[in-house]
Amino acid sequence: MIALPTPDPSVLARREAIVADLTRLVGAANVIAEPARLKPYETDGFTAYKRVPLAVCLPDSTEGVAAVLRYCTRNGIRVVPRAAGTSLSGGALPLEDAVVIGVARLNRILEVSVEDRLIRVEAGVTNIGVTRAVEGEGFFYAPDPSSQLACMIAGNIAMNSGGAHCLKYGVTANNLLGVTLVTPDGEIVELGGGHLDTPGYDWLGLICGSEGQLGIVTEATLRILRAAEGARAMLVGFRATDVAAAAVADIIGSGIIPVALEFMDKPCIRACEDFAHAGYPLEAEALLIIEVEGNEAEQDALLARLETICRRHDPLTVRIARTAEESAAIWKGRKGAFGAIGRISPDYLCMDGTIPPARLPEAMRRIEALSRQYGLMVANVFHAGDGNLHPLILFDANDNESFARAEALGADILRLCVELGGCLTGEHGVGIEKRDLMREQFSPADLAQQARVKRAFDPGWLLNPHKVFPPEFAQAA
Amino acid sequence: MALATPIAPENEGALARAIAEAYEAGVPLAIRGNGTKESLGRPVQAAAVLTTRALTGITLHSPSELVVAARAGTPVAEIEASLATKGQHLIAEPPDLSALTGPGEGPQTIGGVIACNLSGPRRIALGAMRDHVLGVRAVNGMGEVIRSGGRVLKNVTGLDLAKLVAGSRGTLAVMSEITLKVLPKPERTATVMLRGLDAARGIAALSAGLGSPFGVTGAAHLPAEAASRAGLGERTATLLRLEDFADFIPRRTQALAAALGEFGPAEILDEGPSLPLWRSVRDAVPLGVGDGEAVWRASLRPSRGAAFAEAVSRAFPARFLFDWGGGLVWVVGPATEPAHRSVTEAVRSAQGTFWLVRAPPALRAAVPGLPEEPAPLAALTRRVKHAFDPKGILNPGRIFAGV
Repeated sequence: MIALPTPDPSVLARREAIVADLTRLVGAANVIAEPARLKPYETDGFTAYKRVPLAVCLPDSTEGVAAVLRYCTRNGIRVVPRAAGTSLSGGALPLEDAVVIGVARLNRILEVSVEDRLIRVEAGVTNIGVTRAVEGEGFFYAPDPSSQLACMIAGNIAMNSGGAHCLKYGVTANNLLGVTLVTPDGEIVELGGGHLDTPGYDWLGLICGSEGQLGIVTEATLRILRAAEGARAMLVGFRATDVAAAAVADIIGSGIIPVALEFMDKPCIRACEDFAHAGYPLEAEALLIIEVEGNEAEQDALLARLETICRRHDPLTVRIARTAEESAAIWKGRKGAFGAIGRISPDYLCMDGTIPPARLPEAMRRIEALSRQYGLMVANVFHAGDGNLHPLILFDANDNESFARAEALGADILRLCVELGGCLTGEHGVGIEKRDLMREQFSPADLAQQARVKRAFDPGWLLNPHKVFPPEFAQAA
Repeated sequence: MALATPIAPENEGALARAIAEAYEAGVPLAIRGNGTKESLGRPVQAAAVLTTRALTGITLHSPSELVVAARAGTPVAEIEASLATKGQHLIAEPPDLSALTGPGEGPQTIGGVIACNLSGPRRIALGAMRDHVLGVRAVNGMGEVIRSGGRVLKNVTGLDLAKLVAGSRGTLAVMSEITLKVLPKPERTATVMLRGLDAARGIAALSAGLGSPFGVTGAAHLPAEAASRAGLGERTATLLRLEDFADFIPRRTQALAAALGEFGPAEILDEGPSLPLWRSVRDAVPLGVGDGEAVWRASLRPSRGAAFAEAVSRAFPARFLFDWGGGLVWVVGPATEPAHRSVTEAVRSAQGTFWLVRAPPALRAAVPGLPEEPAPLAALTRRVKHAFDPKGILNPGRIFAGV
């Protein structure tokens, strides 16, 4: 288990006074302090860790967020920012002595401009809510994390979220034009705006992916893109993982960048097929889902080229969708993958390391060896084009020993990713989960530099204080 | 800057030692590659010049992983030539601004274009230089080697200092090596050209093209004078570029031209004329900058580009070039404080930003080269600068006076 800080007894002792102050600042309707209503905020998508917070504030304005942050900073109270709470790394895990500031009530669409190809939203709008606001005009918002029905833009920015289509369209950082940021001392600053590049420091680049360490984002200006004329998928089953990996390298090397290039291994294929009955080839050791865009003729041309490349790798099955319905059927199993694994084992850890794609065969072999060594099943489903792995480690949460083994296996898989030239996390963030592994990827000088930047924003180290940085670096100024 | 021989470390260790010595002695350093971007910021008052020009060489190119890495002093042209042998290219097509800034002491380096975050026309479709920075190795103002990011396409591990250092113009850390995402070079390029539209109509056409599903990767409007300098004759030219597989281009150009029917008949330029035309737009050559002139690069919402240009024109006789769908407006005018104030004011009204990229040193020292930051942001700038460079020895005053 990751060590969490001991609550500050002096803050716990002031609980009633703090709640009264918060109520005065943002109104009783926007403060939660009753134990039964605090319970849903005790964890996020990383459910192995739970802490009931001191109080939850859900301000309905940027000024409200600023008032609460200023108050907490001046009074030495820790703050944990929260959006939808879908983080898979514990990014929104509270502390007993912390005030949770949520953006869920900041959920208005402020402006849609098709001519400037942007949308301005409050940060509590859901990811899918952004696309829904512009799809009538034929546009979409590109980052599409699998939690997109629930997750919110503030969380997407905090984690620099990606999704299945970021190989072509980029991650959140590449689609973000501006934010309204509330700093820990309660200042409201506008970074970027409706334009593309700003010639000072790249504040947007720094804020994006900063996991609530530097401030709270309350509004965002996002790029919207015109949807392609159409898209279609193909599914290819291979005899071996190595062969599928070689096919991936050949596809990218051929000059075709598919809009999605997804990989599943045998355990995952089986689980998805049992769940979704998508017609996946159960005899295959690995499966690729490849999606291309364009008009009908262009889709045909690209799919034919991809088929030629895949045929060179002696596939067991090649299924090319002819219609949107057939594409949807191919995607059905992949989209339900996490749910399918959940049917086999109610508890799993979803890892998120990235490796250089050329090291994929070696990574698969060694993950399989680790799985045997720890005696826990691992199913792999991931974004193959960019090497972002999602090994799912199956364990039994009612068995502490099983969970401890799962955590140790996960850490070894992430160490392997770093050893192969990759990183600990491609899109889920460090959070609490990978905090102590940061030493594997970064030198003390690297981490000390990041910590100094954190302190430039948050000298008191009060904002999301127990995450991202190993404890020895997490020091107030 | 008439100074003693520049310090030119040949490896990262020597770079770190040179900065550590300057840190110990409290000696400010002017940071540069080959000096091609001297005019892109305030003059630096420094005791010595530190150049990355001897840190050269491509250290990695893995085409099937879409990644290239090079030491900071490697010429951009060398990287582009090497990528081209494998059919790939730099996604943001960084400009060569020597037509505006003079030649410098050698070819522009990859460190320079990353440190200035300079992107060409493809920025509108596929992101800026900084969007493709996967990782950097750099030396901070205390002489410590720091790494951020890495060599993989997806990485959210820790604070993204790589993006912060990219674009920081040598004021936070001196990059020693940069890893970039690259893409396959499209098989074919073509241009759909509309003629005789004024700036507002031209930008409306660019918006319509960028809002179409045909994959426009360049969207520029050339006023008559710029069009003439680009060899297109004395009428305004509104240009939309398509880059794709060769067999997709004929259908896409026709479909795009049809979609833009309300803007008048379109002319299709094939690859032969398209490539030099877009290179010229990329490098802002059609501005035709002369002696005594300053150049500003304004970044704003495309829909405000034309009104911005009108506001500037009311203040002084200016020339323009519109890129990024109208969201990037190059402005040429007299290198004077009143002209600078007018640009500053027009940008403020349009809620955009600007960058003074060419002016004599005296003007660059006298006026802010970009909009002044509001107090809370200015305080963050100073604190973040201090977090990397506590003694303020790296390119002091390059972006903001006193920082």
